[in-house]
Amino acid sequence: MGSFVLKRSLYSIISLVGLLVLVFFLSRLTGDPAALYLPVDAPASVREAFREARGLNDPLIVQFGDFVWNLLHFDFGESLRRQRPAFDVVLEAFPWTLCLAAITMSLVLLGAVVLGSLAAMNVGKSFDRISSVISLAAASAPDFWVALMAIFLFAVALGWVPTSGTGTPWHWILPVAVLFIRPFGLILQVVRGSMITALSSAYVKTARAKGVRQRAITFVHALRNAMLPVITVAGDQAAGLLNGAVVVESVFGFPGIGKLMIDSILQRDFAVVLAAIMITSLAIFIMNLLIDLAYALLDPRIRY
Amino acid sequence: MADTQTPTLAETHSPPGWLRLLWADKYATVAAVFLLFVVAMAIFGPSLFADLSSKVNFRGRNLAPFQFEHGWLMILGADSLGRPILARILVAAQNTMTIAFFAVLAAGIVGGSLGLIAGYSRKLVSDVIMRLADVIMSFPSLLLAVIVLYMLKPALGNLVLVLAITRIPVYLRTTRAEVLEIRERMFVQAAKVMGASTWRITFLHILPMVLPTLLTIATLDFAFVMLAESSLSFLGIGIQPPEVTWGLMVAQGRPYMAQAWWLSFWPGLMIVLTTMSLNLLSNWLRTVLDPAQRWRLEGSKETANV
Repeated sequence: MGSFVLKRSLYSIISLVGLLVLVFFLSRLTGDPAALYLPVDAPASVREAFREARGLNDPLIVQFGDFVWNLLHFDFGESLRRQRPAFDVVLEAFPWTLCLAAITMSLVLLGAVVLGSLAAMNVGKSFDRISSVISLAAASAPDFWVALMAIFLFAVALGWVPTSGTGTPWHWILPVAVLFIRPFGLILQVVRGSMITALSSAYVKTARAKGVRQRAITFVHALRNAMLPVITVAGDQAAGLLNGAVVVESVFGFPGIGKLMIDSILQRDFAVVLAAIMITSLAIFIMNLLIDLAYALLDPRIRY
Repeated sequence: MADTQTPTLAETHSPPGWLRLLWADKYATVAAVFLLFVVAMAIFGPSLFADLSSKVNFRGRNLAPFQFEHGWLMILGADSLGRPILARILVAAQNTMTIAFFAVLAAGIVGGSLGLIAGYSRKLVSDVIMRLADVIMSFPSLLLAVIVLYMLKPALGNLVLVLAITRIPVYLRTTRAEVLEIRERMFVQAAKVMGASTWRITFLHILPMVLPTLLTIATLDFAFVMLAESSLSFLGIGIQPPEVTWGLMVAQGRPYMAQAWWLSFWPGLMIVLTTMSLNLLSNWLRTVLDPAQRWRLEGSKETANV
């Protein structure tokens, strides 16, 4: 187990370093960094001072050394718009996104497992057909459009929930619901598929021969084995959930890391973009590690 | 079970053309017809409607849909500058389709080639290629796009580049997995014994076997890339005005949501319909290209209910 964690960490460090090099060289070699970091309307004197303070006249290799050294100390520089360390700005936004993703993913897993299992128990019947149409439509819907339409329908026309912002639990309903749709459609299909395989296996026949009830067979015997591929896909989707969070947070004015990232890009606040990227990759790495460990817990046959 | 004998039954008849196979799946037929319409729009739309779609008409600002007295182009309403939405959707199809098409094509060619190489070369080369794919996969695609588009200008070419890079691992992994299995088969051994070069074996003997799978994934991926492009354009870091895509049209309608829902509704609906059609067509392709599943579409009434 220890060597596995070590190997995974090594791979992730390699990807992180690759990403760092990419970001650094793209930001230094594709033009004047002052033009990249500073807003378009910054005066020439500010640009010169910026260049001087950042040591942009040093050799490239020295600049790269400084860049990495600062990152290792979680020093991403000052946010240009907020006049505060970029790292603090990102740390404030991060829990919001984490909470949003956690709530959504729990609901997705719960809903997909229950509906997918029921569909697998009734293959070819109308319940199965309806659920596959729903999952297809859900996987095809552009989240930004669904978000706009949901705001129009439920917030503007019907007035059931607030249009955007945070504060009450009511504010969370629409963002969670919109974020829920796409992973739900995909995972529902996976649950159905792996559940059909599990239900036709020998141990399910044994359980049935012993006289165990169908519901117990499905949700106790088969589900545990059917969960393995589901967890893999759920892991991929959880990273994909961040894609969705960027869109959903911007539409609903939700103060998470996705909205922060888009705002910082439009305001050309490079320090915040960089800090947000680093923290997000770290979070994704930890989550993937947890998923691999959950894999081993669920299936005693897997040993790392 | 009758399904063990149906394949041999089907083989005795003359093999049905792909049109008949398509007709056997009604959902896929509708999807294919719709996609043909979209492709036709993408090719001919701008040359037919470019002038009409950019003609500003302030008297018709946010004109409501389903009013027939303004001509058929106004049937879906008009946008905030009084431009007919239908014409704009027809014109925007070109950018939307072009970006997705070239991104999928580039990702398919690069990913497919790398997958062939990774599957048929020594362990070291294969490991390096797979790790590269892991690096790309371990990162949310939208964030990667965001970084690159922050530094490069959000032009059509860069958008294609970014989307292609994020999709390469999908083709790479699938191709490699298939090659690992195919390379052990008899005809590859035979080619090797006859002295065929590695390049000849990979590209002339193995590639044609992998191509159907790649095609199925590409159809599905086209939908994914289209959604990604729409999201980027919606967020303002994709295609920039005066160029237009469906995603950008949704974004442009956003400020008028409370008064004129149709500005954002129609282009979004086009995205949904196109994505759904691609998904349905991909499902059909998977069935047709899988010899174990194909009988479902070929069978007559007696075999269809197996």
